[in-house]
Amino acid sequence: MARRTFSIGGVHPADSKISRDCKLEYLPIAPTVYIALSQHIGAPAKPVVAVGDKVKVGQVIAEPGAFMSAYIHSSVSGTVKSIGPRKDLSGNNQMVVEIAVEGDEWMEDIDRTDTLVTDIPQDPKAIIEKIKLGGVVGLGGATFPTHVKLSPPPGKTCEMLIINGCECEPYLTSDFRTLLEKGEQVVVGTAIIKKALGVAKATIAIEDNKLEAIEHITKVVESLKAKGPEYSGIEVLSLMKKYPEGGEKQLIDAVMHRQVKSGGLPIDVGAVVDNVCTALAVYEAVQKNKPLIDNSVTVTGECFPKQANLIVRVGTPLNYVIDYLGGVPKDAAKVISGGPMMGKSIANLEAATMKGTGGLLFLTREQTKRMPESSCIRCGKCADACPMGLEPFLLNRLAKAGDTDALEANAVQDCIMCGCCLYSCPAGIPLLDVISQARGQVMGIMRARAAAAKAAAEAAKAKTE
Amino acid sequence: MTTTIIWTIAIISGLGLLLALTLYLVAQRFKVVEDPRIELVEKAMPGANCGGCGFAGCHAFADSAVKAPNLDNHYCPVGGNETMKKVAEILGYEVKEKAPMVAVVRCNGTCEARPRTSEYDGSISCKVKASLYAGDTGCSFGCLGCGDCVAACKFGALSMDPVTGLPVVDEEKCTACGACAKACPKAIIELRKKGPRGMREYVSCVNKDKGPSVKKACANACIGCGICQKTCTHDAITLENNVAYIDFEKCKLCRECEAMCPTGAIHGVNFPKPLDKEVVKARILERQKKAREAAAAAAAAEAAKVAEVKKEESNG
Repeated sequence: MARRTFSIGGVHPADSKISRDCKLEYLPIAPTVYIALSQHIGAPAKPVVAVGDKVKVGQVIAEPGAFMSAYIHSSVSGTVKSIGPRKDLSGNNQMVVEIAVEGDEWMEDIDRTDTLVTDIPQDPKAIIEKIKLGGVVGLGGATFPTHVKLSPPPGKTCEMLIINGCECEPYLTSDFRTLLEKGEQVVVGTAIIKKALGVAKATIAIEDNKLEAIEHITKVVESLKAKGPEYSGIEVLSLMKKYPEGGEKQLIDAVMHRQVKSGGLPIDVGAVVDNVCTALAVYEAVQKNKPLIDNSVTVTGECFPKQANLIVRVGTPLNYVIDYLGGVPKDAAKVISGGPMMGKSIANLEAATMKGTGGLLFLTREQTKRMPESSCIRCGKCADACPMGLEPFLLNRLAKAGDTDALEANAVQDCIMCGCCLYSCPAGIPLLDVISQARGQVMGIMRARAAAAKAAAEAAKAKTE
Repeated sequence: MTTTIIWTIAIISGLGLLLALTLYLVAQRFKVVEDPRIELVEKAMPGANCGGCGFAGCHAFADSAVKAPNLDNHYCPVGGNETMKKVAEILGYEVKEKAPMVAVVRCNGTCEARPRTSEYDGSISCKVKASLYAGDTGCSFGCLGCGDCVAACKFGALSMDPVTGLPVVDEEKCTACGACAKACPKAIIELRKKGPRGMREYVSCVNKDKGPSVKKACANACIGCGICQKTCTHDAITLENNVAYIDFEKCKLCRECEAMCPTGAIHGVNFPKPLDKEVVKARILERQKKAREAAAAAAAAEAAKVAEVKKEESNG
């Protein structure tokens, strides 16, 4: 059988999963944590604690600021020291709640045992409410509030739930370890999301460079089949390793052979995609009452002596994580939060982890050095590599000219910032940098236009009434 | 042979005449009548098509100016009052004179004062750099140094100083069109009044962080201490978000704030004499001391008065 994958573009970087054999390990709690109020896409959360308050692990410290927002819980027990701006990993100010840790006292209603709870008695509404209260956001990287994703707009129905276990980014292994060590929980989480959506089919998609995980999850799915109707219809699918398979739209293409049109959402083609770690977080929130207060982080890199897959409390300072593993290696020139393709290089190691932090990658100067930029030779490699079917060389030119109309006409807003164009460019042109900036600018213009149109429509409506 | 030549000439000439007639008719039919003043106004304009006036170019400005009922919303910052006078003459309008402006770079984070904390190897463009992170120094508000403003200037008035790593404005060439201010993603460049003989005072920093972290990031930064605000006798200085701002409409160019500023974030330019900080400082301190003494004396007198009244009351 031919190996299945998505149809347009893609690249094949070396997968470098050198930390794949490191078991998940709990990081000791840092003396002070800094929990950001904006750890998700959408409006920042509003703090509900004051300076001096005592908090416990799992206590709500911030409430959603709007429909598109999420609860934030304290990941430690201790005293709130301050609420104010602090520099994040890119050096910009962000509102954080600083908590000085005292002991490790959890909220009483959290089930901290390891027993697997497979019964799902709640109805879909109750499940979504629990996910919302648990502050669960998409852990695949975009940190989209999960309860919003699981409430499809009226008129749209979901036909298939896809659980994304691709982990197509090189180096990262936290999803892989989660699948191997917490596979049962992930499958139960899948069944919960399946029930919440009221969908018959679910596919757990895993790339074929993780054969152990595929085998393990297949076994788990088989063994759980008898547990209830929610557990039937879950399939495990092996996909060909290709970057960026874990992109939402690419994964839908690979699994369902359907393409999401420009500006559309996965639900338009009847799909909902969630990451394996999100499924785990859903399991913990619904079955164990444990909100999203920790997440798995891969700490890796060829120059980093002590590879690890750590479970880190949200808000742990990055340098605390690094010091625990022996500090920044001498020959490391760049530290990246996330994987090498889509990750963000860190300018400030004093910044703290967030819900969406998936990896810390150390690269040497040799590995990160950019080629000197030369002229575009019109080879078309970037256009071949783009998984969204865009023309990066053209977008780059238009972005430099500042032609936002033409950029929009050429669908710069569809860019998923996977970096395939930059990876494949033989002229060393920083395509991704320029295009992602232009994308942000164009999306801002589009949002402003949509808001203006909405306001005008409302004004017209008010006039007729 | 001859007939062929005659026929050829006749046909070609006939065709020519016919086409000429067609062209003439078409031209008459689709004639666009443009106000002749538009051309006159456009000729009076500098012709740089920089867009500094807010219109797409000089023609668009002229077109709009001719159609407008007055010149309140039309001002060419490049041509200045002289050009506007000409335009007003053509159109028979009156024009209000405006003080000449100049672009001012409000960042003094030189390479020396602002140590680099990281290395940037991305696209050499301020707007790209700003979209990626706070910048390669500890200051997340300051100049990124990639020269977007230099590229935006159509008059060659900006250049990067290789020593400081900051843009420098050539006042002679700057026309205050505002293109650089728009191009700067950190909003460092401001259009300010040029001032008498070019003399002006401004705060060369826009860092909104609190004092200690600013001080750590840059030696030349405004730390928001507020000494300048207390010193100013003209109520020209406001302190907002931990950064001082001098209102150029109110500033009387006394340079007292500049003398008192502990970090040297306040700059005075084009003054004939260099500022003797110690002398001015001593003068200000003396004045403040006197004011304090006077206030204390007044308070004491008031207290004595009250005491006397009380004494009288108790006596009576």
